[in-house]
Amino acid sequence: MNEFRLPLGEIAEGAIDVLTDVLDGLFDVIRAIFAGFYDLVDLVLSTPPFWAVIVVIAALAWFAKGWKLAVGTVAGLVVIVGVDQWENAMDTLALVLVSSAIAVVVAIPLGILAARNDVASRVIRPILDFMQTMPAFVYLIPALILFRVGVVPGIVATIVFAMAPGVRLTELGIRGVDREVVEAGQAFGSSPWRILRQIQLPLAMPSIMAGVNQVIMLSLSMVVIAGMVGAGGLGGDVVQSLTRIDVGLGFEAGLSVVILAIVLDRITGAFGSGDRRPRRTKRADAAPARRTDGPAEPAERDPELASTT
Amino acid sequence: MLESSAPEKDGVATHEVAAPPGTTPHPIPDADAAVTAAAARHAPPALEVRGLTRFFGRKPGEALQRLADGATRDDIAHLGTAAVVDAEFDVRRGEIFVVMGLSGSGKSTLIRMLNGLLEPTAGSVEVMGERITGVSPKRLRAIRRDHVSMVFQHFALLPHRTVLDNAAYGLEIQGVGADERRERASRILDRVGLAGWGDKMPSELSGGMQQRVGLARALAADTDILLMDEAFSALDPLIRREMQEQLVELQQELGKTIVFITHDLNEAMFLGDRIAVMRDGRIVQLGTAEEILTDPADDYVAQFVQDVDRARVLTAGNVMEAPRAIVSSSAGPRAALRTMRDLQTSTVFVVAPGRRLLGVAHDREVLRLVQRGERTLDAAIRDDIATVADDVPLSELLGSAVEHELPLAVVDDRHRLLGAVPRVTLLAALGNVPATTGELPAITAPATVPVDVITETLRSTEEVGADPAPGLEEALATDAVAPIEGSRA
Repeated sequence: MNEFRLPLGEIAEGAIDVLTDVLDGLFDVIRAIFAGFYDLVDLVLSTPPFWAVIVVIAALAWFAKGWKLAVGTVAGLVVIVGVDQWENAMDTLALVLVSSAIAVVVAIPLGILAARNDVASRVIRPILDFMQTMPAFVYLIPALILFRVGVVPGIVATIVFAMAPGVRLTELGIRGVDREVVEAGQAFGSSPWRILRQIQLPLAMPSIMAGVNQVIMLSLSMVVIAGMVGAGGLGGDVVQSLTRIDVGLGFEAGLSVVILAIVLDRITGAFGSGDRRPRRTKRADAAPARRTDGPAEPAERDPELASTT
Repeated sequence: MLESSAPEKDGVATHEVAAPPGTTPHPIPDADAAVTAAAARHAPPALEVRGLTRFFGRKPGEALQRLADGATRDDIAHLGTAAVVDAEFDVRRGEIFVVMGLSGSGKSTLIRMLNGLLEPTAGSVEVMGERITGVSPKRLRAIRRDHVSMVFQHFALLPHRTVLDNAAYGLEIQGVGADERRERASRILDRVGLAGWGDKMPSELSGGMQQRVGLARALAADTDILLMDEAFSALDPLIRREMQEQLVELQQELGKTIVFITHDLNEAMFLGDRIAVMRDGRIVQLGTAEEILTDPADDYVAQFVQDVDRARVLTAGNVMEAPRAIVSSSAGPRAALRTMRDLQTSTVFVVAPGRRLLGVAHDREVLRLVQRGERTLDAAIRDDIATVADDVPLSELLGSAVEHELPLAVVDDRHRLLGAVPRVTLLAALGNVPATTGELPAITAPATVPVDVITETLRSTEEVGADPAPGLEEALATDAVAPIEGSRA
């Protein structure tokens, strides 16, 4: 019975070994870039006094949605300050923003590619499934080997885990653009690039923004795991409270993550589908009003996206 | 409003009706090339389609071979779908060419091959003399930009742009500067009745107005050819009628070549200078509305045209009969009376030289003139007759036909008598009863004076000063009781 044994584990190990040997320099460069990016964002967030950052975030919330969200944002962030997690929260926010930004920058072009090319779509889909369902701890191990302990393996693991919905919703959004409108672009002699820029991307924007929102949410859910490899921040405190069985610290850090998550979700959700959303076709407008204030859960969004196809 | 949309159409129709039954032109492309406008003879046609076939499936080669061997669409259904099979036609410059068929007949596939949105499996398309099949994507885009624009069934407006920017889209792609394209687009918007709506978003407009924007976008691009894919099918009937009329008007004004796809035969008949009827991917008949209506190529087309609103399609010129009860004003009362006797009718059309219609003469009055020995018909000419132009649709003849017992005289713009439309003919045309082939006089009003009285009068007046025939007084005495045909008009 033990005769049958696929040597997949050995292959994976070997592959990582080869990668470390051959591409060590490349990984060092990536590491330097990610770390630099993170430090920069963290510097921007941590240097000013907390109230200044709160004011900026509240202003953003106001712009995105309205004064209610701004008030809620201020209240939530003040609670974080009150439980003495502000610095950790800013570290985490920097981690989330950096990973999300990189994930989005990679995800949107991939989504566009998948939308325009059926072969690419068929190749990309299982890879995304793999990335999303493989337990995060598992690819944390090679990430640790390749990028060493610190914030970078956290960022890498977060990107890998969080990227999938960005790609999927971009593809779905572009594929869901009214075929006739795209045909109209073609019929008037527009180039494919121009159709993408002037028709497909603007019309897919609500879906793409939903993807961005999901990327950010998934990034936040990775902070604890990132904390385990030394990324610090709120995740680091949660891990610490676990090892010390410190209920109080765990609750405060956990609550801060929740607050951060809600604030980020509402703001990005509003950018994606709220008042600022581009006007839709008549048919889309005829659909039930969709200016919901609720969180942008995939389950809520999918039928809506389907209706635009 | 309802005048037919191209001068040559009337020419064709008139010839056709004038020709003896059975000689109606065959629905073969180019067979009626004789009526092509002189300009079009020198330049290549707007669109030239040859052997165009589109097959959706995995083995196009095999499918094409079998189609060439005469297989039908169903025969090769296991291989895939032959959406369009061997379509072949020319679209002349400045005509409205309608492709009509039920859903699934391949018309949408066909129109998408005309501007290269779909690549044909076989065959070729030439736009303004330039082949678009197998050219580079870049060249194809340039041809679309400069020669072919399109109007879509569901409008396909860019929802995130204003009405004005939508209308200017084609010009934007052509690289026209922002100010100029806005100015040109806004002129076209005024023209389609959307003045003042330029700053609105498409979603704020009703369906009919959105399609006007779609039309404006296509017109603003100022291309030679307009492809319209079921452009009015999504609109409600009233708006639809309005848009059809506006399209005909715009076409006459701007002289665009229009290829119009529809599943609505009434729409096809109303708009089309020529109509291609598609079934199962093949063009089963190509001809003018009248040809398809009066001489359907097969049972399918016949069944299709059954429900057509014939009153809106056929014109007086299509159904009129040759006026045989006709006398020249110079011929005199005796000749008139003789004609009436021979045709057994109570009235004749009186025409001046050159067939200019003067009026009608009734038998009683002519009889009196003959009796009095008058030399000219002038005193008997009455104008109690309705005249209609030959391009008036039957629906507009009905009122006149009710009011006038005499047949309607069909005249051209110089008031020359072309034919007559008796009520019977009108009814036969509306009811799709085959037109009579017998030598019936067009004027059906029966004689009010007995034949033998006329004959007697003619004979007796041959000798100058002879007594009126016996019985004549008696016949004339009935005047008071028997109303003369047409006198009530």
